[in-house]
Amino acid sequence: MKHLLGLAARSAWARRGTLALVVFSIALATLLLLSLERMRADVRESFAQSVSGTDLIVGARTGSVQLMLYSVFHVGGATNNIRTASVDAIAKHRAVDWVVPISLGDSHRGFAVLGTTTAYFTRFQYAGHQPLRLMQGRAFSGDLDGLYDAVIGAEVADALGYRLGQRIVLSHGAGALPGAEHADKPFTVVGILARTGTPVDRTVHVSLAAIEAIHLDWASGAPMPGVVIPAEQARKFDLAPKNVTAALVGLKGRVAVFAVQRFVASYADEPLMAVLPGVALDELWQVVGVGEKALLGMSALVAIVSLAGLVAVVLAGLNERRRELAVLRAVGAGPRHVLWLLAGEGVLITLLGAAIGSVASVLLIAFAGPWVQTRFGIALRLAPPSAAEWTLLAAVLAAGVLASLVPGLRAYRLSLADGLSPKV
Amino acid sequence: MLEIEALRFAWRGAPRDLLRIDALTIARGETLFLQGASGAGKSTLLGLLAGVLTPTGGHVRLLGVDWAALSGARRDARRAEHVGYIFQQFNLLPYLSVLDNVLLTTRFSPRRAEQAAQHAGSVRDAAWSLLQRFGLDAAIWPRAAATLSVGQQQRVAAARALIGRPELVIADEPTSALDAALRDGFMDLLLGECRAAGSTLVFVSHDERLAARFDRRLSLAAINRAGP
Repeated sequence: MKHLLGLAARSAWARRGTLALVVFSIALATLLLLSLERMRADVRESFAQSVSGTDLIVGARTGSVQLMLYSVFHVGGATNNIRTASVDAIAKHRAVDWVVPISLGDSHRGFAVLGTTTAYFTRFQYAGHQPLRLMQGRAFSGDLDGLYDAVIGAEVADALGYRLGQRIVLSHGAGALPGAEHADKPFTVVGILARTGTPVDRTVHVSLAAIEAIHLDWASGAPMPGVVIPAEQARKFDLAPKNVTAALVGLKGRVAVFAVQRFVASYADEPLMAVLPGVALDELWQVVGVGEKALLGMSALVAIVSLAGLVAVVLAGLNERRRELAVLRAVGAGPRHVLWLLAGEGVLITLLGAAIGSVASVLLIAFAGPWVQTRFGIALRLAPPSAAEWTLLAAVLAAGVLASLVPGLRAYRLSLADGLSPKV
Repeated sequence: MLEIEALRFAWRGAPRDLLRIDALTIARGETLFLQGASGAGKSTLLGLLAGVLTPTGGHVRLLGVDWAALSGARRDARRAEHVGYIFQQFNLLPYLSVLDNVLLTTRFSPRRAEQAAQHAGSVRDAAWSLLQRFGLDAAIWPRAAATLSVGQQQRVAAARALIGRPELVIADEPTSALDAALRDGFMDLLLGECRAAGSTLVFVSHDERLAARFDRRLSLAAINRAGP
């Protein structure tokens, strides 16, 4: 068998031009499959790790997925706000450790603006209890002196080229309407957060009081006609918020989570709901995860096409090789040797293609990873292959072996029929 | 050495027999010239002698063993051990070197490798001395077979058929692609080496001018009762 493998290798080398194309297409299919799988896993990972250390998210009654969407991903809007008084009541529950209220609705050049308290920077965690870290500057102070301070996420800073001290103007709502800008009350960037790979990177953080201040002279989503309150004067008003969009809740112990959830759900003064972030994230993934399956299906198709190419090339070359097979038969090779020769060639080619594809996928992740991180906020990790990746690789190899048997069996039948005089 | 008895052969799906040979015996060391027109079933008969094909009826025995009594794998192994085969042309694997083409037989048959080594010291030595005797210079041994001229290729093929001294050498019109000068040289070498090795030679050709050099000549048409 050893000399047959050697023969297969040398015969393949003699036809290396054509076979190189097949190796290339198998490598490409492997690269696609592995990279997509890695990307899928890492997208899911960074998705699942968007929020951590928060036991419950409290908001107005709506679907848990919707609450998650606007409170964590800043997508869409809340149907209703919740009263600050309710948030305070929850904070007083004996099982509750901390509460961080958040207020959404404004934007800055497409990035969400989040009003919150200074506790946000110490309490909010992502990806396995990692706290937020300031890359430059400081958090906003939370008092009146720092009323117009803003802390921006890493992607906001990168995309817009902002540095510390940059003056920015917030827009009302999603910022699509002209004139709906809070131009009279500009903010100053005082801090830039380190990259997290979560929606925090795409967020401008200001204090809750600042959100109140810029809306003092607004009503029903538009400036009140004839009322102008300059930025400095705003400090004289009562800037304690009456409503917030949602609140992140941390508990003293995880065991109380369902008790507190029930407490929130049955809160008498206002209809509220509390969701467990992990559960809601899973639900949300069910919705957005359909795309990943389509991607995986596409790359499976690519793999099938390139394996079909392998079969086609080996089969097409078979007619030219009937002489070669007759020579082998004459020196004592049996039809089964011929089968092994052809199948061995297919297996070698598949192995080579899969190996090249795997190496290429590692190189791609190593070199394109940082770019993908900055462009799309997906943290691609360079890690040993996961179980799913091994499975994909094994599937490519198994399919390659099966595909190689097709020309092998054909050659087997031909060499039985031809004997020593190939009909060519 | 080689016996045919009541042989009948028809290709699968063919309406009638291609070959019907009542009896043919070829002695050890004999050189036989088998003459026949194209399409007369010469190559088929050689396939039957080499055990690549099995007869529809009757027996073909090599060294007393009926090919049909063996399994396919056993026939392949037995062919590697006892038979050397030379085609009309395209005898060599184009991607192997001259030397590796000659050694191909010994890779499929340990017995042939052993016999070659016994006479020459090692398998390689056996291949070298055969190539030399067939007038192939050491300079071309490492070259790919595809780069050789047709005359050189046929001599390499003969060396491969003869390595390890097989009992039977079968040649299927090996000179038809050669011009007269090359043909005579090739015939001298082939017959000489077969006699030296004690191998039986079954040589098929339509070129009657070659027949005089053989111990015996036969016309396929004369022994084949199937007829057109």
